[in-house]
Amino acid sequence: MSNPSDIEGSIKSFILSEFLSGEDPGQLTNTTPLISNGILDSIATLRLVAFLEQTFGIEMAAHETDAEHLDTIECIARLVRSKNGSAKG
Amino acid sequence: MSLHHLIGAPVRTRGSQPAVVEGSGAGRMDYATLGRLSDRLRDRLLSMNLGRGSRVGIYLRKSAESVASIFGILKAGSAYVPVDPTAPASRNAYIHGDCDAKAVIIERRFEAAYRDELAKLGREAPLMIVLESVGGGAHLAAALDGLDLLSEVPSAATVDSEADDLAYILYTSGSTGRPKGVMLSHRNAVSFVDWCTRVFEPRPDDVFSSHAPFHFDLSILDIYLSLSSGASLVLVPEEAGKEPLAVSKLITEHRITIWYSVPSVLRLLAQFGRISEHDYASLRMVFFAGEIFPIVHLRSFKAQVPKPRYFNLYGPTETNVCTYFEIPAVIPDNRVDPFPIGRTCENLASRVVDGDGRVVASGAEGELCIAGDNVMLGYWNLLEQTANAFLRETPAGQRWYKTGDIVLEETDGNHRYLGRRDRMVKKRGHRVELGEIETCLHRHASIREAAVVALLDEEAGMKIKAHLSIREGDRMSLILLKTFCSKHLPLYMIPDEFAFHDNLPRTSTGKIDLHRLNEIR
Repeated sequence: MSNPSDIEGSIKSFILSEFLSGEDPGQLTNTTPLISNGILDSIATLRLVAFLEQTFGIEMAAHETDAEHLDTIECIARLVRSKNGSAKG
Repeated sequence: MSLHHLIGAPVRTRGSQPAVVEGSGAGRMDYATLGRLSDRLRDRLLSMNLGRGSRVGIYLRKSAESVASIFGILKAGSAYVPVDPTAPASRNAYIHGDCDAKAVIIERRFEAAYRDELAKLGREAPLMIVLESVGGGAHLAAALDGLDLLSEVPSAATVDSEADDLAYILYTSGSTGRPKGVMLSHRNAVSFVDWCTRVFEPRPDDVFSSHAPFHFDLSILDIYLSLSSGASLVLVPEEAGKEPLAVSKLITEHRITIWYSVPSVLRLLAQFGRISEHDYASLRMVFFAGEIFPIVHLRSFKAQVPKPRYFNLYGPTETNVCTYFEIPAVIPDNRVDPFPIGRTCENLASRVVDGDGRVVASGAEGELCIAGDNVMLGYWNLLEQTANAFLRETPAGQRWYKTGDIVLEETDGNHRYLGRRDRMVKKRGHRVELGEIETCLHRHASIREAAVVALLDEEAGMKIKAHLSIREGDRMSLILLKTFCSKHLPLYMIPDEFAFHDNLPRTSTGKIDLHRLNEIR
């Protein structure tokens, strides 16, 4: 990982282009609730998971694909880092 | 004819067998405990002087506690009114206020917001039996223990319900913007369960999934067909139900034999459930209902899970399942249309009528109408809507319910579904009145006009698109819009897309031109 904040950035870009086309990027912050506020429905969530697995080379367990783990960009990035950390650790 | 008597025999003869198994791993409840716990709740409710036919709300996450609550309420001669624990408190408070529920079994986590919303509606709070949590049944026992410490209640007899006594009310999306309560009687439910028993022949060693929430009528088959047979019911928690890997694990671990859900869940499993890495061999029957199953996805699921018998079940909440079709063992390669909704269930009668309510010529299209013991009592406190839901002139004694679905009957007796008569659509099996979404959008101060349409989509099946004109003339954030909707509507009713206009197109009579909007892509 060259730049740690790339993770938040690339997640945000993906979400904006895939699910929020036309939205003002400033509206989507690192703490905007995504699943609990209906921004991402169940199919969108699964597509996000596929994106995370492919882009960051991680594997997500079934119980990690829910609002508890993925509700904000901040949470998602934390999850990605924890998996990358242990893979390299 | 009492719905709750259906579990009488298994409680007596299979006491130590599992009745309800928590898919979350939080334990299981055997038949003896289900019998005892529901008896205790019955006694407590009867001591609260609710009276026969009163409504008791259930605001719990799906659990052994909610199953025991259902039977306790029925045994007390009351009707249960389950609500969606994932819906906003405002909607749930509205529902219980609307049907004048005198008592509610509720989880602590929902209590504060629920009380607030009831107060906002100017409704007196019903008597509440509060459970600290749910899982395995212990929390209902603990709540009853707590109440017993304050005052013990006498042991009472289970009420023998009459056939037309109200058993439960299931609320569905209403075209006027408010959910409406479908009133179902003991006769309605027992007639349906008896039909299922005859056609599907469940066994005591079956393991049923409970995927559908309890406010959804698919749960009637899940709960009563399983428990009346002495089989076990594995509860799929609300969140896990949307996670394909979690569902695959549950099917594998619990050796589920009978699965019932909306088609979109099977589709998610086919695409994301990694079926080949799990073991679906225990499945012997798969039922799906609630919406069209695009053939491409059915084919994919069936190819990965070839062994079970597959049934397409059709029927609105007002009648539960009224037609059914068994999918052939081999799906012809060149078939592109969805399968028919099938033949009328043997315990019911059907007719296909034109706009004047007259039976159409054989093979012509028209509205499907159903008569028989499954047909609802009516909508709660909505006399006009209830009257409009039935055909006007009918032979004495027969009430024909108008499904609002346009079909045609083929020569072999199977019905083919052609479309809806009105503005109701299905999203992931849930009924969505487009008008209810519009009502919600109109509550937003910045929104001047709102019109919601449904677009067919090959992948998603159906997408909901909201066309808006905004007060200040500039765009609103999609995030803010969706967040606003999530406070008033269940998640599945939040529009998938939003489009902004200066003004919505109108017809010559001044109404919003939905036809024009339908054509905008």
